[in-house]
Formats: sequence, C-alpha cells, structure tokens
Amino acid sequence: MRALRSMGPILAVLAVLLVLIALVNPFFLEPAGFLAFLKRAAPLVILAAGQYFVIVSGEFDLSVGSLVTVQVVVAARLIDGQEEATWPVLALLIVIGLLVGLANGVITTGLRVPSFITTLGMMLVLSGAVFLWTGGAPRGALSETFRMFGRRDLGPVPWSVLVLLAAGTAAILLMRSDFGKRLIATGDNERAAGLSGVRVDRTRIAAFVVSGLAAAVAGILLGGFAGVSAQVGQGLEFQAITAVVLGGVALGGGRGSVVAAMAGAFTLEALFTLLNLYGISGALEFAVQGVIIIAAVAASSVRLPFRRALRV
Amino acid sequence: MNRSITALVAGVSAMLLAAGCASDKPATSSAAPESSAAAPSTAASSNTGEQSKFFVQADYDAQLAMRSQEAEGPADKPWEQAIAPEMVDTAKYKKDGPYNLCFSNAAVNNPWRQVGWKTMQAEVALHKEIGKFTALDAEGKDDKQISDIAELVGKGCDALIVSPNTTATLTPAVTGACPKVPVIVFDRGVETDCPVTFINPIGGYAFGADGAEFLVEKVPAGGKVLALRILPGVDVLETRWSAAKVTFDQSQLDVVGVEFTDGDAAKTKSIVSDYIQRHGKIDGVWMDAGATAVAAVEAFEDAGVPVPAVVGEDQQDFLQKWKSGGLTAIAPTYPTYQWRTPIIAALKILKGEEVPKTWKLPQPKITSENLDTYLQPNMPPLHYALCGCEDLPDFPAAWGGK
Repeated sequence: MRALRSMGPILAVLAVLLVLIALVNPFFLEPAGFLAFLKRAAPLVILAAGQYFVIVSGEFDLSVGSLVTVQVVVAARLIDGQEEATWPVLALLIVIGLLVGLANGVITTGLRVPSFITTLGMMLVLSGAVFLWTGGAPRGALSETFRMFGRRDLGPVPWSVLVLLAAGTAAILLMRSDFGKRLIATGDNERAAGLSGVRVDRTRIAAFVVSGLAAAVAGILLGGFAGVSAQVGQGLEFQAITAVVLGGVALGGGRGSVVAAMAGAFTLEALFTLLNLYGISGALEFAVQGVIIIAAVAASSVRLPFRRALRV
Repeated sequence: MNRSITALVAGVSAMLLAAGCASDKPATSSAAPESSAAAPSTAASSNTGEQSKFFVQADYDAQLAMRSQEAEGPADKPWEQAIAPEMVDTAKYKKDGPYNLCFSNAAVNNPWRQVGWKTMQAEVALHKEIGKFTALDAEGKDDKQISDIAELVGKGCDALIVSPNTTATLTPAVTGACPKVPVIVFDRGVETDCPVTFINPIGGYAFGADGAEFLVEKVPAGGKVLALRILPGVDVLETRWSAAKVTFDQSQLDVVGVEFTDGDAAKTKSIVSDYIQRHGKIDGVWMDAGATAVAAVEAFEDAGVPVPAVVGEDQQDFLQKWKSGGLTAIAPTYPTYQWRTPIIAALKILKGEEVPKTWKLPQPKITSENLDTYLQPNMPPLHYALCGCEDLPDFPAAWGGK
C-alpha cells in the first residue's frame, strides 16, 4: 500500500505523457501502435529492472551498456547466419551476462572497490575487448530465430512484450521474497543488516548477477529488433539509471520499488517518443537525462557522504 | 523527496514540450545544425532547410557531368580506369625494384574501410616487385596520423600512400612529406596538390544526386520522402546530402523529414517507424549511406506497410533484401575498389610511367537491371559488392565469404 502511494507521482507523469503522445499521434491509441511502443520500450524496462536491484542495494552498474553491445556483437559473430547455432548462442549469452555480473559483484564486495569504479572499468574492458575482437566493425549476422524475440510477434502480441511481462513478473516476485527484503535492508543500512544476519556481500553479488542477466536479455531483444550494430548499447547504462531514478528509487539505496523503476523506464521512453514526434533533435535526449540525474542526486545528496563514513 | 523529483521532472518535461511547441511545426523537422527555423525554398513543398556550408557549386556541376563521361582504360577493371585524365610525367621517380611501399591508413573502424583494407592487402600480394609493405593505422585520430606520416617518411619508403582522416588537419603533414617521397593520396583529399596523384571515385555530389534523382523518377509528385543522414559536419556526407537537397528542392516531392541516425540501426528503425506512424505513408527513403538501409526497410515490414522506393548502398545485406523483397531501390556506390588503385599507381610511378594528376575512378550505381551481377549471396552481410576483389587471390574466404 505504501509502495503504491509512493508510486503515485511517477504514474501520474506517465499517464500525462501517454495522453500527450496520443494527442499528437492518434495511431498510438490503437493496439498495434501501443504494442509498437511497448516493443520499443521493452529492452530499457528490463534493463531498468536489473539496474534497480543494484541501485537499491546501494551500488551502481555502469557496465550494462557495453555488455549489451558485447552480447549483440558476439551473437552475430558466432551465429553467422546459421539457424542451428541460435539456441546454443542464446544460452552462451545468458552465461556471459551472469558471469560479468558475478565479476562485478565479486570485485566490488571482495576487493572493496566502489561499484562505480568497478563497473566503469568493466564497461571500458568490455568495449575494448569487443573492438579488439571485431577489428573495429562487427561481422557476421544474426539468424532469423534469434531475431524473432526482438522483432516478431506471437499471434497479436510481440515476443518482446511477452519477455517483458515475464521479466517484470520475475522481478516483482523476487523483490517480494526474502531476498528482496534482504536487498533493501542492505541498501538502507549495511551495518545494521549485516549485524542482523544478512549476508551483505552475497546479496550484493546476487544483485549484480541479476543486472548482468537483465543486460543479456535486453541485448537479445535489441539485437533482434535492429540487427547487428556496434553502437547498440551506447548510453544505455545512463538511460537505465535515469529510469530508475525517475521512478523514485533513491541513489544510495534502501528505498523504492521495482515497479516504480519499470514505470520510470516507460516514462523515459514515452518522453523520448514525444520529443521524437515533435521533431526535437536527438541530442536533447542526453540533456534531458542529465537534468533528471542531477536533480535526483541533488535531492538525495544528503545520504551519499554519510554512507561512505559508515562503511567500516 | 520522491514526489519532489517527479514534480521537477514533470516541470522540466512541460518546459521542453512548450519549447517544442514554439519551434518548427512537427512535420517539418530539419535537423541540420545550420538551418534556420523556417527556410522556405522557392521550389515546391520541400522543407529541407538551408544548403550545407560544404556545398561548392563548381564541384557539384563537375561531378554530375562526370557521371556520363566515358572512362579510359580496361572496362573489366574499373579500378584501373580514369575519367578525363590529365597525365603527369613521373620519370624522375623511376627506380629499380624491389620496392618498399608505405601506407598511412586513417582507420579500419568501419566495414567499408575493412573491406577496402583487405582488398588493398590482396592487391599487394599480387605484385612480386613489392618487397616490403608497411602500413600504420591511425585509429581514426588526426594527431596519430600526423605522427604516423612523419614516422613513415623516415623509414626509407619508395612511395607513400595516404588515406587522410580529415582534409584540413592532415594537409600540413602531407605537404611536409611530398618533397621527401612520392605521395599518393586516395579516398578523402587534402588541400594541396603536391601529391603525385589523388585517387578517388567521382564523389559525394554524384552519390547523393544518383539517389535523389531515382526517387524523383519513382515517386509521384507530392509524394512524401524521408531523408536519413548519419551525422552532420562530415564533408563526405555533407556533399551527398547537399546534392540530394538540390534535386529535391527542384522537384515536386515533399521532404517530410531530414533526420540524423548516428549510423545506428536501432535508432534508424525507431525514426522510420515514428515517421510511418506520423504520416501514415512514406513514399520514398533517401539515405546518405547504406549501413542502416536494411533497418529502414525492416521498419516498413514491421509496420505491415509496403516498402517504398529506397536508396541504399552496395552492402550485401541490402542487396540481398532488395532481391528477396523485390524492392524498388537503387544503390549508389563509393566503390571499395579504389583501395586497389593506389598500389597500382605507386608501382606505375616507381616504374616511371605516367599517371593522372587527379585519378577519377568510375562510380557505378547498382540498379534493378544490374543487381544480379553484383549480388553474391555467400558473402557476409557487411561486405561491399564493388570491392573489385573477385579476381584477387583467396577470394572469397579472405573477405569472410563461403
């Protein structure tokens, strides 16, 4: 109940934006138009859900954008247009996402490196590795089966919407479970959580693994939607963080719901769609995101310095 | 705190939307940086904004005329042909082999350059008289290329081939190299004519005009055309758009949008989908390069509407799509076979043979008539059909084909 009440503002903003989009573009009100919007928003919503887990536990994951690019480029290279290779490669992509998340988590908790730095370094390592492997431009091709998830429909409903529903439900159930409560406790007050028996390090690592998994799924959807591209993941980590922050999740952790984070992602996507429909330049998208992040950090800036001091 | 953030965002969004309402009408987005809010052209209903700063009328006229000129040289080897060449004497550079050739490469950071580079290396392998071939990759950085050129000049090269990263910034480096070693420049030019020869195909104006004229031919008057550009301010891309703009301004077509895609397939697809939704029907798509052409076509497919007339390029994935979809399309090209010519030119110079001062290579366009001759289904999707590499050793495996 309290969670729903705190979500009131973001849902109101989302509703207003959707109405505005419908005014400019009446096609939006038709099922096909609305489903197209959901299809486009799905990767960001999933990414935001993954990012939520990390942020609510008090950390950051800046590596998801590069991870998405790696997923798409690796998939194209390994599949190389052959349909039979699709399922093994899909499995491999999930494993890569999990491993990168695990690495992020272990380095942050085990080596005590601030997650901002860990994931920033991981972001650079991933994009450098991709560049090295492809010699600058991606090669190969994705198979039709692979692209089905990002591009095609199952009956009237796009596959990506189904994946979105599945991922969203999984995220909500996960947060409702004991794990979710432990996660929020870790983010809220790490010391108190640790003293109450929460395995703080393990919980955090799990959060990073979830984020990596979300990036893998988002990569599969994005690769399917648009095909092979070396820029597919560019800026996605900031979009995900902006979405989570927009949903009212405090940077520094401990508060906010995953539904709000996903609503934030929908709102951000709606905002971009509206800007697009008005023909406002794409460069403004970055400015908008910057304003939102700065406002959020300014509003919650009191927490961050104190948290560092408490870390013993 | 939660509420204040969302209130702030709502306020910011409202401000931005208000700003949107105050600027151009939605249907006429003109994203070129130097264009004013409303630049009414004297012609029909096109809304293409102001002409590019890079536009040079004389070059435009020359390139468009060159398209119909007959090239001299072997018809089956377009990379050895030259259009209206004015030869220069190279007797003073004559020396005996084996030769030490050097190459300063701007970058290999896009598929076009990767195909070209592979093609150039295969050309080198053909000539036994090349004893040593040293190549440095500037990774797309001007300052690195400047130091690469300085380094190569000191390495005792018999000839230096340069593919400049940008025109103005690399000019001093090339000017400094010319007195020391015969220099061959290709692809992008420099602002000096001290190199022995400058090799490139007809150019961007012809590229842009080929595509635009095709749309004028295929799209009925009043039809809606969407123009997609990669990014502003790049000379080779600006010339393409400026030529297309001239053609569109003189036509009866309605250019409903000029959008920048950053060369990103997902962004291209989203932009095209938005335009389809906004206007209901788009009758033609003009693009300044073909890497995202397939994404644009897919946007129409996904929206369930027939694919209109499309301008692409000679990437295999676009040619494949064209064939299998029975599309109405044209592919202007900026041929990768131009990467073979500098090696040939270097050898000619070192053997004292004449070369054209400005070596203009033919720039074919792929139409529905000749599509089958260029389409090679076993090549990778980002392979360029006009690589001129079919007769080179190790084709198709070295280019990723099966």
